[in-house]
Amino acid sequence: MKVLQHGQKHSVEFTLNGEEVEGFAEPRMLLSDFLRHEIGATGTHVGCEHGVCGACTVMMDGKAVRSCLTLAHQAEGREIRTIEGLETPDHEFNDLQQAFHENFALQCGYCTPGMLMTLSELASTGKRYTEAEVRDALSGNICRCTGYKEIVDAAMAVLGDKGQVAAE
Amino acid sequence: MKPAPFSIHIPDTIDEAVACLAEHGEEARVIAGGQSLMAMLNMRLAEPSILVDVSRLADLKKLEIGPDGLTVGAATTQAEVFHHPDLATHMPLVREALTHVGHIQTRNRGTVCGSLCHADPSAEMPLLLATLGGTVTLQSASGTRTLSASEFQTGLLETAKQQGELCISAHFPSLPSSAKWGFREIARRDGDFAIVAMACIADKGTVRLGVGGVSDAPTVEEWPDLSTADIPDALNRLAWKMGGTDDIHASARYRRELVRRIGQKLIEETLS
Repeated sequence: MKVLQHGQKHSVEFTLNGEEVEGFAEPRMLLSDFLRHEIGATGTHVGCEHGVCGACTVMMDGKAVRSCLTLAHQAEGREIRTIEGLETPDHEFNDLQQAFHENFALQCGYCTPGMLMTLSELASTGKRYTEAEVRDALSGNICRCTGYKEIVDAAMAVLGDKGQVAAE
Repeated sequence: MKPAPFSIHIPDTIDEAVACLAEHGEEARVIAGGQSLMAMLNMRLAEPSILVDVSRLADLKKLEIGPDGLTVGAATTQAEVFHHPDLATHMPLVREALTHVGHIQTRNRGTVCGSLCHADPSAEMPLLLATLGGTVTLQSASGTRTLSASEFQTGLLETAKQQGELCISAHFPSLPSSAKWGFREIARRDGDFAIVAMACIADKGTVRLGVGGVSDAPTVEEWPDLSTADIPDALNRLAWKMGGTDDIHASARYRRELVRRIGQKLIEETLS
């Protein structure tokens, strides 16, 4: 049985946006803090830190999860994807990011990485979604600026019946 | 908003996990999906000195869905259950209720058994375990035992799980093909904790109603030969029997009124 003692830092390794990363974390360190402070990937934002606001959403093994409700050590060996990994190989916006840009789907931008990572799970399925399904999926992400309409519009532009195929 | 220090123990087998729980007693908490526990740790509502992480134990990854019902291991996530191709066929009521459990992101990590063990009075999975008459299997260093929902669910954030015991699986029986079912929930926001959640099963003239969010634990009431005219009176008596308490989300009075009004709609639509 592996034991990670409190008060000591232990090695954590996982794949971040396709690259192997390694850092050291106390057992109690949250994945969100590990990404931001240990790896320096500050694109993942931290809002409520108790699983309500969705700002810290990242993808773990292809599934959207709250990085504030995940311990850094629980990411060991997993594949993590964050907002930094969304751009195209040419460093352009991907379809979802471009749709957010075109639909004015952000104002202060604090919730945006979480919104995009939640929608990325939907995009990865290659399925088409109804507005109700998109709204249901986004119910776990809070935005205090936009009133959600533009965010839903942006999501539908990519994931809806008329959307471009964003599956990768 | 950071957890107090703890050590993480990562057992390789169920036996190692229960030995670890036996050795450390009250000091240790089990973590699987952590979607309730991590929030409590972050807010320091819980400060265990050891977390026993069972989330990678292959033996706890069970997921069986068939004509007999749903058997789910302690490390199986709510999303894995939800996306199982046979869920809609054999367990449509569970499928409907799972859409109300948290959000996509929490269902991707949260486990069904974790929700049962956390025993939040407004949670959907404990409500379904009670309404469907399911069971929970616990393992300790001295063996395993299987408890019925009513034996297991003892109160607010409380279960019959003893120190040193690990919940290894839960079973939700399926409904007979003659049965009709319905589910309704009132929450302030999609995916939030239910103010009141209700599951209804009607079969051969008998109506069974499970109510979560009002009492400390899910309450199940069964009425044989319930006529339409009797529904308001039956629900009123049930509402007063459960009582309920005021909290930040709703008053006890409002909850009782929801039992009467939403209960009426739910029973009617289930019977129709």
